[in-house]
Amino acid sequence: MLRDITIGQHFPGNSIVHRCDPRLKIVATIAYIVVLFMASNPVGIVLSLLLLALLYRAAKIPFKLITKSLKPILPIVLFTAVLNLFFITGEGDPLIHLGFIRIYAEGVRYAVLMAVRIVALIAGTSLLTYTTSPIVLTDAIESLLKPFAKLHLPVHELAMMMTIALRFIPLLIDETEKIMNAQKARGATLDNGKFFERVKALIPVLIPLFISAFRRADELAMAMECRCYHGGDGRTRLKVLRFGKDDVLCAAVLTLCLAVILSTRWLIPTF
Amino acid sequence: MENNTILEAQDVRFRYDEDEGAKKAPYAVDGVSMKVRRGEFVAVLGANGCGKSTLAKHFNAILLPETGTVLVEGMDTRTDEKLYDIRQKVGMVFQNPDNQIVATVVEEDVAFALENLGVPTEEMRTRVDEAMKLAGIYEQRNKAPHKLSGGQKQRVAIAGVVAMRPDCLILDEATAMLDPRGRAQVMKTIPSLRDAGISIVSITHYMEEAAQADRVLVMSRGRIVMEGTPTEVFSQTRRVRSYHLDVPQAAELRDELADAGLPMPEGVITPEECAKAIYDLLA
Repeated sequence: MLRDITIGQHFPGNSIVHRCDPRLKIVATIAYIVVLFMASNPVGIVLSLLLLALLYRAAKIPFKLITKSLKPILPIVLFTAVLNLFFITGEGDPLIHLGFIRIYAEGVRYAVLMAVRIVALIAGTSLLTYTTSPIVLTDAIESLLKPFAKLHLPVHELAMMMTIALRFIPLLIDETEKIMNAQKARGATLDNGKFFERVKALIPVLIPLFISAFRRADELAMAMECRCYHGGDGRTRLKVLRFGKDDVLCAAVLTLCLAVILSTRWLIPTF
Repeated sequence: MENNTILEAQDVRFRYDEDEGAKKAPYAVDGVSMKVRRGEFVAVLGANGCGKSTLAKHFNAILLPETGTVLVEGMDTRTDEKLYDIRQKVGMVFQNPDNQIVATVVEEDVAFALENLGVPTEEMRTRVDEAMKLAGIYEQRNKAPHKLSGGQKQRVAIAGVVAMRPDCLILDEATAMLDPRGRAQVMKTIPSLRDAGISIVSITHYMEEAAQADRVLVMSRGRIVMEGTPTEVFSQTRRVRSYHLDVPQAAELRDELADAGLPMPEGVITPEECAKAIYDLLA
């Protein structure tokens, strides 16, 4: 159960969204978030939600999953909404006036807007991780950041670190389970007690875990050296990302959609 | 013939640094000279701490000798410019398969060394497939390493090294952490590696593995103390035992039977030979 955890959940599939160049997906996600926060009227927001729904549909990812990924951030959404509700002051008379609480029409509008925006933001970024495997995502990030290598940003090293982290997460989870069992066998209580007791009980788990991680790192480094690893210079790749015809089409369609959504900001006046 | 030698160690000495005190650590490898010929399968045996792993790390320039020289196809391991040529020629597989797999997908890990060497993508594809087939993990190519069994993981590690098309493969206790089935899987790849013209140096604790080699070296306290064919070495049961090593079970049985006064022939080390000897005795 624990061993299947990865960063972001990936749902393999073969839809157009899955097959799309991961670099395009990353750029599109960022663009989508920007547009989401710039489209200031309800028409734009509704359109951007519609676009997202269409993409989810195309990727054949059940809507059920969105609600699941939204659950943990619900408190944040509510908190932002409530803050907006109480602290935005608008023109004219307040809708409700109860002592020091004043709620304006403007406040209600902003509260709803912000809540919808955050929900769309999470759903949008989830779509990226749902349809892109972590390895491909790493490749895409490396490729996108490549221009910054000229500014001495260690792009290849960052990508390598991400790959190794992804590779070792399941291993270290296994190891944690083993160490916990070993410590339990020696009478450690890990599952009950007060918060601080539980944190303290983790120390005998974490120390062996760290020591073993360092030992692994040492061995891994040697194995990498044995296989001629010498940094990113002159490296070729087994899988090269290709920006194909389909990707051009996707990019065009997405740009158009985002442009339409953005244009509502100026075309349709806020009510 | 000189160019038939792939690895050569000439009077190699090496010791690890010890920070504490002026007292120098004893030599881990203390004057070893040996050769490995092309296509040969050499097993190196020895008790824990006898310096066999340290010696192995000299053959692809992970460690450099304090005195003496190590030559890989005539290239001195001290020459910096030849470092990656040497490491490409001599592949190394370690004990723990988990700690030598870098990528999150089998085929990408097999490609890792080729990516480092800057092999063009099309050529890489054929070499990766070739290496995976040779190691018998082609069917697992799209899986995540942590979903594989120990034997499969170790074969991924072997494929990752074989993809470099090395002339020699060093197995540094590569089967020590595997269960009997995994060990059998790894040992099964050895004949196909040899067919591909790769020499094998296997550092091991398992006498049954060493019995399959062409030549056996026994190390003790940083020196090579016995050398010869498996039959020659394992026939000297008492001497092998004096270096804190076991002998193959078949040789042990032969000895017990000989001690019991039965006329067993010399040089019986595999179960088949032993069975035949007993059968002849009974007939």
